[in-house]
Amino acid sequence: MRLHRLKTLRVGVSVVFFTLIALLFLDFRNMVAPSIAGGVLYLQFVPSLLQLVSTAALGAAGCIVIVILTVLFGRVYCSTLCPLGTLQDVIGFVARKKRRRRAFQFSEPHNVLRYAILALTVLLLIAGSGFLLNLLDPFSSFGRIFANLIRPVVLLVNNVAAVTLEQLGMYTLPRVRWAAFASVSVGISLATLMLVVWLAATRGRMYCNTICPVGTLLGLLAKISMLRIGIDPGACKGCKLCEDACKAGCIDSRKKTVDVGRCVGCYNCFAACPKDGMRFENRWRRRVSAVQPDRERRNFLLNSGVFLLGLLGVEEPTKMIVQSKPTTIPVRVTCPVSPPGSGSIAHFTATCTACHLCVSACPSRVLVPSIFEFGLQGVMQPRMNFHTGHCNYDCTICMDVCPSGAILPLTVEEKKLTQLGVAKFIKENCVVYTDNTVCGACSEHCPTKAVDMVPYPNPANKKLKIPEMKPDYCIGCGGCEHACPTKPYKAIYVDGNPVHKLAKKPMVKKIEIKVDDNEDFPF
Amino acid sequence: MDRRDFIKKVIGTGIVAGSTVAFGDFAKVFAAADASPVAYDLVAVKGGEPEVMFDRAIASLGGIEEFVPRGSKVLVKPNIGWDVTPDRAGNTHPKLVARIVEHCLNAGAKEVSVFDHTCDPWMQCYKNSGIERAVKDAGGRIVSGDSEGYYHKVAVPNGKRLTETKVHELLLEADVFINVPVLKHHSSSMVTIGMKNLMGVVWDRGYWHRNDLHQCIADFASYRKPTLTVVDAYNVMMQNGPRGVSAGDVVPMKSLIVSRDFVAADAAAAKLFGTEPDDIPHIQLAAEMNLGRIDLSALSINRIKL
Repeated sequence: MRLHRLKTLRVGVSVVFFTLIALLFLDFRNMVAPSIAGGVLYLQFVPSLLQLVSTAALGAAGCIVIVILTVLFGRVYCSTLCPLGTLQDVIGFVARKKRRRRAFQFSEPHNVLRYAILALTVLLLIAGSGFLLNLLDPFSSFGRIFANLIRPVVLLVNNVAAVTLEQLGMYTLPRVRWAAFASVSVGISLATLMLVVWLAATRGRMYCNTICPVGTLLGLLAKISMLRIGIDPGACKGCKLCEDACKAGCIDSRKKTVDVGRCVGCYNCFAACPKDGMRFENRWRRRVSAVQPDRERRNFLLNSGVFLLGLLGVEEPTKMIVQSKPTTIPVRVTCPVSPPGSGSIAHFTATCTACHLCVSACPSRVLVPSIFEFGLQGVMQPRMNFHTGHCNYDCTICMDVCPSGAILPLTVEEKKLTQLGVAKFIKENCVVYTDNTVCGACSEHCPTKAVDMVPYPNPANKKLKIPEMKPDYCIGCGGCEHACPTKPYKAIYVDGNPVHKLAKKPMVKKIEIKVDDNEDFPF
Repeated sequence: MDRRDFIKKVIGTGIVAGSTVAFGDFAKVFAAADASPVAYDLVAVKGGEPEVMFDRAIASLGGIEEFVPRGSKVLVKPNIGWDVTPDRAGNTHPKLVARIVEHCLNAGAKEVSVFDHTCDPWMQCYKNSGIERAVKDAGGRIVSGDSEGYYHKVAVPNGKRLTETKVHELLLEADVFINVPVLKHHSSSMVTIGMKNLMGVVWDRGYWHRNDLHQCIADFASYRKPTLTVVDAYNVMMQNGPRGVSAGDVVPMKSLIVSRDFVAADAAAAKLFGTEPDDIPHIQLAAEMNLGRIDLSALSINRIKL
């Protein structure tokens, strides 16, 4: 059987998935992302697994499909569906084009390291911390690289093009605002990208076979898979071309063996072999020899030290204060605010893989990567930051795109009654109190009028109104906090609900002022 | 009411009505004779669809050609502040905006731009207000106001609290500036009409809020007088403004006010809303700064009922 074409097929499928997934993170005008995200990301292993575990919804069982595929055909996920895998292929392709084409060679697996990482990831997950999983999940790493590093470049190109067109009097291309700078996420994304570039450029798919817990897990499954790549000893002339082509370094042409646990299913060996010596073997009929003994060569965790670089830096520098009287009372936030649909901080932090797709898609820019607001284990998981925006009342885009079920879908009507937190008013910081001038920006933005304006007797004897909170109606959208103009401390802020609550339906007041259609003009 | 009072009123009304008829008719004849209509200070229309009312109002002011020279750059500034549908009356009615754009283009305007610095996310506001579609269909161009890069620092020489601010470049480039606010209740400024709508052409609104909002509104009104102010009072949000909570906040008023004098336009709209212009501090302040006339009784007003 001629299987040369398999590689072409694999490349085609991987390019399609890579392009679509990249598009999701770069679609800054939300033209397609909200409608296609569910379908495109259905087969992403870690988000799907977390969604399955947390919601037991079989509709979210893309990971089961991957498990079945792997048990039948090996790690097809790693070379077709995994965007980080395809990214490494692209990097490797470019790197080898640039330099003299260097052949791959068989290498021993770093078993201690890879199984240690997998075990630690699983143990932490069982203990309730997705920290390592989120850090290492290839889809989420890819997402963070695109959301935090590539997206700004795309925005820059867009904005340069927009400004250029404006010089010609054309406003067809709108400028796009930058996202809030998230130092830790940018740092970790950069460290991940550097590691991936280095490994992919020099060592093929070593990242997938040493660091990636998904690769290691699927590798274990691949070891018992039905169809496995093998070398036909009758056809093989020992030319080593298959080994030269194997970026996973799993073909030992001397022994004529393939380590299927590390084979990423790229099928390059089929294309490379001039004698059709590569074949699929149905191994459910006979046993294979055990893998080679472990030998640790390098401590890749050293590279992870680079991750810590990201912890440096400051976010949200306080702007210059322009106001007659700076506010004095600091806000006291007892709980961060998790996105609508996440139900509770506990569910959210246990299920979110920090892929930052919601951060990319959020049209209000209210979702930003956290630092330690959710604790160390929740690092980089998005939180609602009302300094950068407020949650748009009728918007459900984050729920439409979340692949892991951390943000579960709500109808617009449900969302409008979901209380993420409650706004707290600090009268002493309020412009109306400090300056005896009119404000009300908070009430202006409040979609439910949980922030109402009530008459305020004042020393200046002016006709003033001051905010009054009706907490039952507050949904914690942060419109008030975002709009509040006082500095450095806001006069109104949202304190998160650890478990989201149900808000009361906004009151429908009867209109007091009568309008008669037939009346004359009042002037 | 006693008898004397009654008689006084009857006579008074008779004089006003009589002179209106007399001079009104005379004026019309005169206007027809040399093809230039009476220079009304303000036109108020009632009882029609937004676009029909605008047609009537602008015709009575001599047509949009009076305001839009051939080849001019026009900025039409509606209120697109909120991500709500037209029935909620949180934004200017899309049909009105479209009709104004059409009139300007028909008069030979080089380009007609529409934008707002929105409160909710701009793309959702533009789309769900119906204004983006309406403007595009009318042949105008809809432009983003969502990036600080569009805004350039200008001085407000007559400002008391607001002495400089960043203004959208389309306003700086425009030869003709048509302000098209929607009349609404407002939690901060009591009502929002024309002057308040100008907050949507600047970048930093927070500064206004923390530095005496009413004074800043009046200050900025002194920066550039709109060529024309067209107040949309077709559907009017009477409470819970400026965003509104439900369609229950809205009353159909089917009215429109057009004036060169933005203070007069705001004063007339405030009256429609049921408040006295003097009670709205920024209208009062603008009048004190001699930016326009707040006393409607001194104006020649064309009242049209359809």
